[in-house]
Amino acid sequence: MLRGAIGIAAFLVLAEIAGRLGLISDALPLTSEIVARAVTLMPDADFLPAVGQTLKTSAIGLLVTGIVMIPLGVILGTFPKAERALRPFIEFMRPVPSIALIPLAILVFRDVFAAEVAIVIYAATWPILLNTMYAVRDVDPVARETMRSFGFGPAAVLRFVSLPSAAPFILTGIRLSAAIAIIVAISTELFAVGVSGIGVFLITAQSGGGAVETVIAAAVWSGVIGLAINGLFVYAGRRLFRWHHARGGETT
Amino acid sequence: MRRFAYGLGRLWLVPVVLVIWQFTAPLMESPYFPTPARIATRMYELWLSGPPSHLFLTEEVGIDVVPSLIRLLGGWLGASLIGIILGIALGRSARLSGYVDPLLQFGRAIPPPTLLPVFLVLFKIGDGMQLATIVFGIIWPVLLNTIDGARYVDRLHLETARVFMLTWRQRLFRIILPEAAPKIFAGLRLSLSLALILMVVSEFIGSTNGIGYHLMNAQGDFDFPGLWADVVLLGLLGVALNGSLITVERHTLGWYHRQRQPTS
Repeated sequence: MLRGAIGIAAFLVLAEIAGRLGLISDALPLTSEIVARAVTLMPDADFLPAVGQTLKTSAIGLLVTGIVMIPLGVILGTFPKAERALRPFIEFMRPVPSIALIPLAILVFRDVFAAEVAIVIYAATWPILLNTMYAVRDVDPVARETMRSFGFGPAAVLRFVSLPSAAPFILTGIRLSAAIAIIVAISTELFAVGVSGIGVFLITAQSGGGAVETVIAAAVWSGVIGLAINGLFVYAGRRLFRWHHARGGETT
Repeated sequence: MRRFAYGLGRLWLVPVVLVIWQFTAPLMESPYFPTPARIATRMYELWLSGPPSHLFLTEEVGIDVVPSLIRLLGGWLGASLIGIILGIALGRSARLSGYVDPLLQFGRAIPPPTLLPVFLVLFKIGDGMQLATIVFGIIWPVLLNTIDGARYVDRLHLETARVFMLTWRQRLFRIILPEAAPKIFAGLRLSLSLALILMVVSEFIGSTNGIGYHLMNAQGDFDFPGLWADVVLLGLLGVALNGSLITVERHTLGWYHRQRQPTS
């Protein structure tokens, strides 16, 4: 912990010295300038609404993804035949960068906000879908069969065995997707030049005369926000699934 | 051969969906969703209608696809090399990694696209900026996984190596690297799929060629079959890259999987 703090401080000081000595390109602002800008950026009247907008877009996209993809993952995890049939589509669609769909989505949806949400959904789908699918498939068969032999129907098995034992992995999927959702939302805003958001803020800052320290400060804040959201999910997972043997386990 | 036929059998839904799409797309009369046949024709026109002397590849392949591939693989190899070397060094030194760990965690958390404007200022438009974007964006999985893999090398093995007075080079190539390899490969795979994303991202802004540039142009021309052709090409590229890396991994890590089989 102490070492980490020393490491960060040393990095900042070294970067400052290197900047002052002219060891790094003078296109890069000094570390002190970036830190100062990062502090003034926080209450900035332009930046805060931009952060809010990006978070709103990501949250809506994530919510829709969860509502659609968790049930789909449960279905695919329960019925291996369905999973095998859809497998080629998943394998083919997953590597397509969601960013590459931006030009198409903008033309199809016309509205930038709708396009952004659609792209967030596409990108956030994979961790949630795959984690749900694998987690449900890997549910302890003994537990499942025990329930069944006591005469419980599929709904009860799902409710009392499959979902509880899969839940921590599903949450991990949501956590991974949340990080992706924010990055993809920012990227879409960068390229689709739309309403508002961190990406739009970055573009405006850049075109407003190369304010590099503003751009870096905004990037740093995006990182902080990402870490905070990740931490929130990790914390929620620990609280909710205290009982689970594999809490915090990742399947991807 | 039987495995091949089995593999084909698992693809049965693909032709079904393609045929349904082919026949329903015209009914929707929407320009946004061209039929699969139209997309395939566009891909053929764009990239495969060249002269036989060029293996039927068109000149556009040299403009759209080749620069992208060079950037992607160059960035990935660069990031992998830096990541593995740094990762081994950091993983073997608990003190060093204690100092830099928070920095690395934070570096990974910064969304790479947000730094695009910075790289644009630093490197101007061109390959340098694209490579910087790709390397910065994809180095984290390799680096962090290598650190992790190198840190948990079996103590017994290292102490045995010391008893037998192996040189550091022998220790590195016979013990540390092989034991860290499964983790390193997992990182390499993640990085490769990220590289595909960042390649497109970096070509959107500072580029005059590549798949990302072609996408932007196709958008400007309302060339929907062209847009879809790019998307399909990226999907194929992703599957091919991932598949090749898995094959390499199987060859290199065959011993590891064999070793693990009886116990799992």
